[in-house]
Amino acid sequence: MSARANPRAAIDAAAITRADVEDFLYTEAAMLDDWLLDEWLALLTEDATYHVPSNDRPESNPRDALFTIADDIQRIRARVKRLKDVNAHAESPRSRTRRMISNVRILHAADGKLHVTANFVVNRFRRGSPKREYVGHYLYTLVPTAQGLRIAARRAILDSTELGELGAVSFIL
Amino acid sequence: MNDTPYIVDDRANQTFRLNRRTLADPAVLEEERRKIFDRSWIYAGHESEIRVPGDFKTRNVGGRPVIFCRDSKGAVRLFLNTCRHRGAMVCREAEGNAHRYYCFYHGWTYDRDGALVGVPGEESYPAHFDKAKFPLAPVPRAENYRGFWFASFDPDIAPLSDWLAGAREYLDLVVDQSPSGRMEIIQGTQEYDIRANWKLLVENSFDDYHLASTHSTWLNYMKDAGVDVRPQKGLLLPAHGVGKDLGNGHAVIDNKNFRGRPVAAWISIYGEDARPEIAAIRKELETRLGPDRARRVAETNRNLVIFPNLVINDGSSVTVRAFWPVAADHMRVTAWALGPAEESETARARRLDSFLTFYGPGGFATPDDVEALEAVQAGLATWREVPWSEMSRGMNKTGEQLNTDELHLRTFWRRWNAMMAAE
Repeated sequence: MSARANPRAAIDAAAITRADVEDFLYTEAAMLDDWLLDEWLALLTEDATYHVPSNDRPESNPRDALFTIADDIQRIRARVKRLKDVNAHAESPRSRTRRMISNVRILHAADGKLHVTANFVVNRFRRGSPKREYVGHYLYTLVPTAQGLRIAARRAILDSTELGELGAVSFIL
Repeated sequence: MNDTPYIVDDRANQTFRLNRRTLADPAVLEEERRKIFDRSWIYAGHESEIRVPGDFKTRNVGGRPVIFCRDSKGAVRLFLNTCRHRGAMVCREAEGNAHRYYCFYHGWTYDRDGALVGVPGEESYPAHFDKAKFPLAPVPRAENYRGFWFASFDPDIAPLSDWLAGAREYLDLVVDQSPSGRMEIIQGTQEYDIRANWKLLVENSFDDYHLASTHSTWLNYMKDAGVDVRPQKGLLLPAHGVGKDLGNGHAVIDNKNFRGRPVAAWISIYGEDARPEIAAIRKELETRLGPDRARRVAETNRNLVIFPNLVINDGSSVTVRAFWPVAADHMRVTAWALGPAEESETARARRLDSFLTFYGPGGFATPDDVEALEAVQAGLATWREVPWSEMSRGMNKTGEQLNTDELHLRTFWRRWNAMMAAE
């Protein structure tokens, strides 16, 4: 039973199951792999954040540590607008990505929010570039709504000790 | 041998061409390691990164593993990270605080001052063996300017202060942001590779000619936020800026600000709430530095290249960027954010947020620079058939050179060429 299909369950965070969360994360991953960025934006709350901390400070706060990405919702929307522009040269032509999401766990549910972690492997391919494999885990804050789960916070934490040959994070990780 | 010159620099005929081999041939890199990196002052770190006795950072400086650390008295030291016994690195952590540097291979141990203090089974060495002869080796020269520490592997190199020449003034303008004169590296390091020759990042870091075409999406972002990004009449950019030769291969572009500065020029991206604090920062600058210098600190953006491989860009934020060749077509970049040590929590947060609007591997501009440099490097595989790059912008003028001209690029290359010509 998915959160999307059951508005009543959507109000009660404690009633959301791991399978509901997995369905949601797989759907999100498919949207990002398919570059359905406007559809992806619709999964975010009005105060959503998207963070990628620097590799050497994975548990820090963007107010006092330099991050790779620390977007609020306005910046996320600007990022999507940029990525849809043919002059976003780093993604023109676009990367092909394939995301593997696993080890999904609901860490706790309280105050109408779900705190979720999941492991990821994002394979990234571009013509003339080596395959790049971004490995790490996500920390999500998800909010059940009448329309289904929505993302209030999304943090992608990379395991590599530096970006190194992963290069730039020009796509949505 | 290849007799073709690295550059053709003919001022009378307003000609400057760069031999593309300099960016593509592995043999040139081998020569650079000896003639450039072993004969220059190479940036090693900022004093704020290590604070108390025993603090250390390990990093690559000029192709050597180095321990950048504070000794038992709190003085900054730069040790070569190699055991005097059989060569292993004695410190393999990226950062931390050490009581001892311990080589796990055979157990030789050094104190914070580099003295060899422990040798297991010392009685088996001949009588002339003396621990005092085997301290951790310091880099041949280590000096700092206003907290920026450099190492050199040339024991006879000129003092750092002389080497920096006109770049000192531009470091001063950065440090003058801080009321106490103390700037600090902010935690969080951006380390990323670019599959391109290291000198392409020198060029790119202060090449304003590329801004409009490479970074139109960033300009659109600024425009959407209410910043006026229309080019000024007669210019390619929204504001006037100049390129300057600072001596010894260092150069700068010095631009009137349009893009907003955490110190201290408000733009809408910072939010209405930020106005009073930015006004207060500006007032402090004026009181301390006087109106003219305060204007330079607050209302100019400066992209500074310190020869050969250090960039300090004081623009949307301050980024310190050093980069190293891995191969002729591959560099490793380390970038930090720099800010006044005493700035408020809100000013620090604004500085970091502003940094990410442009700079870094997830910013709205740097990834497109990376793409540009990698596109150049791929194109340079044709260097034997298409041997020359054109770098003569501005040579048709006497006097002021614009930030969109190429005087500053030529400045770097002239110094590079002179050092490569030496034996």
